[in-house]
Amino acid sequence: MGTYVARRILQMIPIILGVAALVFILFTGVGEDPVRTALGQHATTEAIAELRKLWGLDQPLWLQFIDFLRQIVTFDYGRSFNTGEPLSEMFRQGALVSLSLTVFPYVLGTLTNVSLALLIAYYRGSLFDRFSTVIFVASMSISYLVYIIAFQYLLAYQVGAFPINGYESGWGGIKYLLLPWLIIMVVTAGPDIRIYRTVVLDETKADYVRTAFAKGASEFAVIFRHILKNAMIPILTHVVIGIPFLILGAFLMERFFSIPGVGDIMITAIHNGDFPILKGLTVLIAIAYALFNLITDLLYALVDPRVQLS
Amino acid sequence: MAAVAEQPTAPPRRRGESLNRRALRSLLRNHTALACFAVIALYVAIALLGYAGLLPDFQERVGTSYEAPSLSLSRLFGTDIFGRSILYKILAGTQTAMTIGFIVTGISLPIGILLGALAGYYGGRVDAAIVWLYSVISSVPSILLIVGISYVLEKGITAICIALGAVSWVGLCRMIRGEVLKHRNREYVLAVRLLGAGDAIIIFRHILPNVVHLAIVTASLLVLSAIKSEVILTFLGVGIQDGASWGTMITDATGELVSGIWWPLASVTTAMFLIIYALNVAGDALRDALDPKLID
Repeated sequence: MGTYVARRILQMIPIILGVAALVFILFTGVGEDPVRTALGQHATTEAIAELRKLWGLDQPLWLQFIDFLRQIVTFDYGRSFNTGEPLSEMFRQGALVSLSLTVFPYVLGTLTNVSLALLIAYYRGSLFDRFSTVIFVASMSISYLVYIIAFQYLLAYQVGAFPINGYESGWGGIKYLLLPWLIIMVVTAGPDIRIYRTVVLDETKADYVRTAFAKGASEFAVIFRHILKNAMIPILTHVVIGIPFLILGAFLMERFFSIPGVGDIMITAIHNGDFPILKGLTVLIAIAYALFNLITDLLYALVDPRVQLS
Repeated sequence: MAAVAEQPTAPPRRRGESLNRRALRSLLRNHTALACFAVIALYVAIALLGYAGLLPDFQERVGTSYEAPSLSLSRLFGTDIFGRSILYKILAGTQTAMTIGFIVTGISLPIGILLGALAGYYGGRVDAAIVWLYSVISSVPSILLIVGISYVLEKGITAICIALGAVSWVGLCRMIRGEVLKHRNREYVLAVRLLGAGDAIIIFRHILPNVVHLAIVTASLLVLSAIKSEVILTFLGVGIQDGASWGTMITDATGELVSGIWWPLASVTTAMFLIIYALNVAGDALRDALDPKLID
């Protein structure tokens, strides 16, 4: 177990190096010159040289890359081009905000979606099953953007059931999060339930299901006791792999509802060409993704005794 | 879909009938799927008309600012802020959307199939390198990767296509790799190898035909996710800069809705809904017809 984890963490290194190289190529020395963007058209040559030096842009590219790798290892991502704020602090605050937006609908959504998928699998082949399939495919055929625009307009602006946008930390801020939570759950229901339904129905063909029926177990017991346990593995994978992206927040949602999370920071950085933010964020999320991949595999071994880690 | 045990949409195989013929027969029997293929064909036809220069000019003013829908062809879906026809804008946007959908698919299908087949067949270092490559790409949030690529290239439709193409092959590559891995030591592969066939012949003539259904099913999903991505990217300001696109129209609708101007958003959402729904259902129908695991 210990050696397995150690080896997997070592295997992450070439991937993180690859990610670092990729974002370094994409976000360094391309597009507009960030120094000129920051200082404007009429900057003096001295001011430009000074800022270049401050941001380390006067160094040769390979030194800049080494410096970037150092930042990754020390979790000190330097400062934003635009505000001069230290990025580690920005990311930490943003991540808390994003998680307050994404974690609750993720947990509640997963529970309801798995339950609904089991229910639909119970009534498989019926009119209810077919009708729900049509509804879910239809719900997946509408752009995320349209959901946000329409829900914000109808429920917040027309009906006035929710504030239009805003954010407050602490419990008082929940009223701002209710509508985004609702939208996230509505948007993820379709694709999730479809996946879970397929997973559950794949299990129905297994031998143990026939055995359980032969022993006289009721359909309800078979689905909720026997099948659910076996379907947990693919469901877990799906759920755990999605976790790193919760940090990124639902960036469109954060944009529309003025929620200052990581996604909002990212979109602002995209608009301003704030490359340190984009580079730092990408690497952080890549590391989180690799870690949660590892956690998924460890969970496999925990959930399913047949899985041997080696 | 997976409920085949209860609702056999796929007809049983007749004696001596090839799998492809059976798949075709099953598709022809599926009327919903046929309707969806018709919708896809219609959208492709609109895009082709656009390239032939036969679509009406969406830049032309056909009425006053924000006219509600009325019964005339150009104002069927109303007009926009400049009095331009929403219908014509949607048609021009259809051309953009279909172009992006098909070019992205055209880029990512060959990459996914080729790399997947090489990784699965050769294993070892080739496999390690390809797995490394797609692990790197899939651990970066695709939105950031796409933004990065569109910084390197000029913003616009070419950048979107290349960026989406560069990230969308990963899922298919993974699937093809897994399938080829299962096939490479099967008896039929050993048999052709004993007959003296080279690697290229074995991969392309013998193994790929057995796994290529995955690519066909994935293709429709690739087209639809590219169309959806264009909308998001355009909203974020890294998408279509000039010309008509559904993304621009939906982005504009944010401000219009509050003034009671609902028709641009409603029309473009409907146009987009039809093609995405059709592609979704077509993908399912293709899977039902082609996946050997679902065939008795």
